[in-house]
Amino acid sequence: MGSVVSYFSQLCGTKQKQEEERHLRANDRPFNLSYRYANNAIKTSKYNVFTFLPLNLFEQFRRLANAYFLVLFLLQLIPQISSLAWFTTAIPLMLVLAITAVKDASDDINRHKSDNQVNNRRVDVLIDEELRNEKWMNVQVGDMIKLENNQFVTADLLLLSSSEPLNLVYIETAELDGETNLKVKQALTVTGEMGDSIDVLAGFRGEVRCEPPNNRLDKFKGTLTVNGQTYALDNDKVLLRGCTLRNTEWCFGLVIFGGPDTKLMQNSGKTTFKRTSIDHLMNVLVLCIFGFLASMCSILAIGNAVWEGREGSAFTAFLPREPGIDAALSSFLSFWSYVIILNTVVPISLYVSVEIIRLGNSFYIDWDRKMYYPKSDTPAQARTTTLNEELGQIKYIFSDKTGTLTQNIMTFNKCSINGKVYGELFDFSGQRVEITEKTERVDFSWNQLADPKFIFHDHSLMETVREGNPEAHAFFRLLALCHTVMPEEKKEGELYYQAQSPDEGALVTAARNFGFVFRSRTPETITVMEMGIQVTYELLAVLDFNNVRKRMSVIVRSPKGKLTLYCKGADTIIYERLHPSCKTLMDVTTRHLHEYAGDGLRTLVLAYKDLDVDYMDEWGERHHEASTAMEGREERLDELYEEIEKDMLLLGATAVEDKLQDGVPQTIEQLAKAGIKIWVLTGDKQETAENIGYSCNMLREEMKEVFIVAANTAEGVKEELQNARRKMCPEAAEKPSVIKARAGLFWLQKTETIQDETVNGEYGLVINGHSLAFALEKNLQWELLRTACMCQTVICCRVTPLQKAQVVQLVKKYKQAVTLAIGDGANDVSMIKAAHIGVGISGQEGMQAVLSSDYSFAQFRYLQRLLLVHGRWSYLRMCKFLRYFFYKNFTFTFVHFWYAFFCGFSAQTVYDEWFITLYNLVYTALPVLGLSLFDQDVNDRWSFQYPQLYCPGQLSLYFNKKAFVQCMLHSCYSSLILLYIPWAAMQDTVRDDGKDIADYQSFALLAQTCLLIVVNIQLCLDTYYWTAVNQFFVWGSLAAYFAITFTMYSNGMFFIFTSSFPFVGTARNSLNQPNVWLTIFLTLLLCILPVVAFRFILIQLRPTINDKVRRKVRKEKLPAPAPRRPPARRISTRRSGYAFSHSHGYGDLVTSRRFLLKRPLRNRAVLFTQTDSPLAENQPQHYRTIKEVSEESTSP
Amino acid sequence: MVKQKQETANQPDNTAFTQQRLPAWQPIISAGIVIPGFLIIGLAFIGIGVALFVTSQSIQVLEMDYTGVDKTSPCNRCTDPNVKSCLCQMDFSIDTLFKGPVFFYYGLSNYYQNFRKYGVSIDYNQLFGDLSYFTSPSEKCSPYQYDNNNNPIVPCGAMANSMFSDTFKLFQIVNGTNKEVPLDGKGIAWWTDSNIKYRNPSVTPLQMAFNNTVKPLLWANPAYQLDPADANNNGFINQDFLVWMRRAALPNFRKLYRRITSGDYTQGLPAGNYTLQIAYNYPVLSFGGRKTVVFSNVSWMGGKNDFLGIAYLVIGSMCIIMSIVMLIVYAKFRFSEEE
Repeated sequence: MGSVVSYFSQLCGTKQKQEEERHLRANDRPFNLSYRYANNAIKTSKYNVFTFLPLNLFEQFRRLANAYFLVLFLLQLIPQISSLAWFTTAIPLMLVLAITAVKDASDDINRHKSDNQVNNRRVDVLIDEELRNEKWMNVQVGDMIKLENNQFVTADLLLLSSSEPLNLVYIETAELDGETNLKVKQALTVTGEMGDSIDVLAGFRGEVRCEPPNNRLDKFKGTLTVNGQTYALDNDKVLLRGCTLRNTEWCFGLVIFGGPDTKLMQNSGKTTFKRTSIDHLMNVLVLCIFGFLASMCSILAIGNAVWEGREGSAFTAFLPREPGIDAALSSFLSFWSYVIILNTVVPISLYVSVEIIRLGNSFYIDWDRKMYYPKSDTPAQARTTTLNEELGQIKYIFSDKTGTLTQNIMTFNKCSINGKVYGELFDFSGQRVEITEKTERVDFSWNQLADPKFIFHDHSLMETVREGNPEAHAFFRLLALCHTVMPEEKKEGELYYQAQSPDEGALVTAARNFGFVFRSRTPETITVMEMGIQVTYELLAVLDFNNVRKRMSVIVRSPKGKLTLYCKGADTIIYERLHPSCKTLMDVTTRHLHEYAGDGLRTLVLAYKDLDVDYMDEWGERHHEASTAMEGREERLDELYEEIEKDMLLLGATAVEDKLQDGVPQTIEQLAKAGIKIWVLTGDKQETAENIGYSCNMLREEMKEVFIVAANTAEGVKEELQNARRKMCPEAAEKPSVIKARAGLFWLQKTETIQDETVNGEYGLVINGHSLAFALEKNLQWELLRTACMCQTVICCRVTPLQKAQVVQLVKKYKQAVTLAIGDGANDVSMIKAAHIGVGISGQEGMQAVLSSDYSFAQFRYLQRLLLVHGRWSYLRMCKFLRYFFYKNFTFTFVHFWYAFFCGFSAQTVYDEWFITLYNLVYTALPVLGLSLFDQDVNDRWSFQYPQLYCPGQLSLYFNKKAFVQCMLHSCYSSLILLYIPWAAMQDTVRDDGKDIADYQSFALLAQTCLLIVVNIQLCLDTYYWTAVNQFFVWGSLAAYFAITFTMYSNGMFFIFTSSFPFVGTARNSLNQPNVWLTIFLTLLLCILPVVAFRFILIQLRPTINDKVRRKVRKEKLPAPAPRRPPARRISTRRSGYAFSHSHGYGDLVTSRRFLLKRPLRNRAVLFTQTDSPLAENQPQHYRTIKEVSEESTSP
Repeated sequence: MVKQKQETANQPDNTAFTQQRLPAWQPIISAGIVIPGFLIIGLAFIGIGVALFVTSQSIQVLEMDYTGVDKTSPCNRCTDPNVKSCLCQMDFSIDTLFKGPVFFYYGLSNYYQNFRKYGVSIDYNQLFGDLSYFTSPSEKCSPYQYDNNNNPIVPCGAMANSMFSDTFKLFQIVNGTNKEVPLDGKGIAWWTDSNIKYRNPSVTPLQMAFNNTVKPLLWANPAYQLDPADANNNGFINQDFLVWMRRAALPNFRKLYRRITSGDYTQGLPAGNYTLQIAYNYPVLSFGGRKTVVFSNVSWMGGKNDFLGIAYLVIGSMCIIMSIVMLIVYAKFRFSEEE
């Protein structure tokens, strides 16, 4: 029903007064019905059988183009000005409307189907003191509902009671916010006591007062009144529609919001439409064309007035004026007549064709096997079909790091234990051996509990451990004890770890495989299988990780009563707290750490300390005191931690590889070559982000300098940014050069563009979240933008989702450049939505990013194919299409303009009316579609070989206002030729049998034949890539033209529709004349040859990159093999860091009693049961080095 | 490690079309094609141009303005609108044989047959012989739909109404006497017009069909009496009417009046003196129009038209010049291919 109904309901709503508070009573339908709350039926469909036609037509005519053609059609119905038969506009308009209507109808049928499916789902509802199986749509506000495990939540419910202890339920919110991890909700005790007793529940008469329906997923405010007692309700007690119940046998809920009022529905359908820059340009151009049309018509109207005054008034002997029409009125009428005739400058088929082209090019993306990821069976997907050509114009890419550039898989790669390095392989001569998929792996089969997916290649470590080396044992014991991982053992021996950060998971898994299996934990104990022997440690304290500490420790008591503190953390931090006796070991380990950092690995240093029992008792007391203190708890704890974590003994270091996705460095290199600037916006820490920057080739050693902006004050940030800028470009002015312009429809929009500044050499910029917050302020944002845009690479770390969007918007606003944001997680949604184009990495956990993206695929490396191949082609095709389309219609129309000077400005058309009707729809529709669906300047391999081919798109070189003006001038020329050559050739001439040939009908046929052949040949000149389909379309269209023309001018058609086809016989009588064909030939060559010559000379004098590559393609046929990438450089600077996720640790959770309470009660793992946990699924890669799977080398 | 068998249900099809690998021909504008191409086209055009020009030059045309604007013109007296049934004579002489078949045209200039309202003022159904349109002609014919007494006009419309009404007789002056040159008016209209597009109603006699209708206001005779000599040349299929109804594309035009093919003139008009007798009826001076008579013969390329030949010659030469220019540009400026 769309807008009308919503408008109507809005009206009613305002009459009824906006709902201010929701008030409902359980089990009391009459009471609740009195408020007329929406029931649980949803309706996303727009139309029904009866409303479809009027509403759909109404919607369609709200589009400017359709309305324009409707007005034209109405103008044509006025006999005084109708210069064309009604069908010339009506037929195309109806066709366009029909196509759109069919599409809308099929969309709506699908919505109806899904609505029905959802509305007819069944659920148990408590009605009249018994449970009845009801359809979802019949559920009312105030009903009580029983949900069972794995059921969808029917409506927004107040949780009453559940099968689980403490009235907990577990829900998955994937459909709502994309997160797959389980969330806990807990009912009030007062309602939870009711359990599943139907009698008690049926007698429940609680009253709920709460906020009116809204779309905030994370907030809920309300009260529940039971027996006079009032309880506060918050978001923890509400189950939202769209969630799924997990690991909970049953629960009861009270419906608060139903159907359209639910938060899910309130959140849907408010997507903002993105439009491409070509769209905006097209709107401006169409507006220009309207202006141009008006001026053409005005000129002709004036011409008409003049003609009427000088000739027309005298010509009345044979054509009397209609009474009451003087020259002024006549010129007014002729203005409108010419509006009708010249309307083809804004062809109705333009918009339809553009949609078809975009759709086609989107399908190519869906179909591309080289963007299909077999491992997760995920093809690329164009979720938006209207943005294709913008993919060819990207100037800035904003990328998330985790899960986008990296796989978010950490693998335990190397370690240094007591000064000895493990994890590297050397051959006999001592050379380091590169580890490949074929390298023999360490066999862990002796260990029943080993993780089969864990891969390690260095056998010596295994031997060391099995030999009983005490340091190695301590090393792995530490890894098995000092962490906040949650274990889960569904079946005996089948362990799964739920880690807060993948680093921890990797470390604990490594310990597990080397014989120190972390098996289970309670708040007070940790159970570890040490080389097959079960040992339970008493967990005395967890000294949790935080940003400042950059380390975490545990204090445990072994069964033998030994007290030990195990600590792991960032090297710099730990080194300060080591016992002096470790000096030599520290030096050795430091060297190893350098090496690891050079390899781009994330390092941690491990240390331990044996504790004195008395000291520990005393410390424990103080700890307890501090942790229960009301004031200054954090500080006091920190002090205590600081006190105990000192004089530790170094054990070694670990190196975890944050695995890049395949082909990321190559992709980034390619994109950089294509002139695209890549900014990484990550929530990670600075060190991590820098590390990744180096390993994926964004930051390079040969860069002149990598600036780091990390100040904590606005002044500091400003100074750092300015210093960086002055260093890069000392001669640059202090004030940025800003170009102020106006853009957009009617030039209403003011734009300010900051000019790019050229810098010698490459620089990098790393800016952290604090500084970014200052830099994004109004007074500093230009400074930021200037400095950042001078750099080759920009990395923003520790940014919030909001900041991500702000950065994107900043660039969008002041660079007027096309931006693309790519990410995989819910925190990337804001930037994906803010950028011109959002790309989601699919196939990972969470669909939120994908759902809000425009394009999605499984691997970052597909981005280069999306941009360099699909985007470039789409842009090329769209631009070619527009240039050609405007050319063909202008040429078509301008002929009328010139002819006006010969026919007394009487709005006489040059062509047959049927030709006018069919020109855009039939004769020229398919060839141009063929061009814009199949054309490619060079194939995909060459596109990769020369990423520079992408640059013209960024500068909008293929289609812009200048190109448009060129089109118009070209059309002017062609149309002059098309009118004057036939005019001169037919002047006073006759057929070879002396009969008439200079008659209007023959002239019309001649002119239209010339026109059609000329525009077709022009298309041939524009076509680079002639597939069989193109040939078929071009020749087929010409053949169709002649066939249709001969048919329409045949006797039979005239007998049937006498008055509609007055051109009978024209084709036969004129197309058999040699002078007609000679004229056609002359016209063609006069139109085409100058274009060929001009293009040829242009190619010689100022060849574009496309010309050069095309020339090369012709010579070489196959691209040269891609140059081998030099091996990863070793980098001397150490880039180590505490590799844990930046959020606060899990420490509280692990030690909280409440969380683990139910474990013994039920033999069912509850909290972390989803099988698709990141660790379980994301197995380590089978090969260490990134395979060279660049697309160039795989295609035939 | 066990390689898991991958589900590939979603893998796109591997066809040349979906993978955009359709085999294709990729021509480029290269010097090897363009420069010789221009040269060949240029030469071909010059060849055609010469042929056309020579042909066009061989066509003889004799054009005479008989509007009578000039006081000395013999038809000047007929320009007075008050003079009815005015006859005037134009004398002319031919020096050499005017090769036959000779076509006799009348020409009008500054005459806007291509004016839109003029052009639409016609009822094709009526002219197709549909009797229902005799009694109620199409509105498009307005203001020549009905006369003042509300009788339907047949044939209706401005175009039919304004049919050219001058008639000509041609005499050769042989030994001081006028010898009439036989003029052939058969088959001067398009075959499709006289057989398909225009039809008389199948009523005999034809006059019966025109009951209760009036002739167009400017016509001297009703449609069924256009040619008293030939009963089959009346009504809507009268050849002169058909020629007139094929409206001209441009404001200056010629229409075929007669052919000179029979008698002593099968070979053409011999050299000698001729006199053209004109029944001057058709007023054109009011709108600055001109009337001419044209004698012309034709060739394979139709009537005389120098433009086409000259255009071919000019463009042919330009092509050759262009090819030379392009050769120079190519030799001097071609981009280096090493980049």
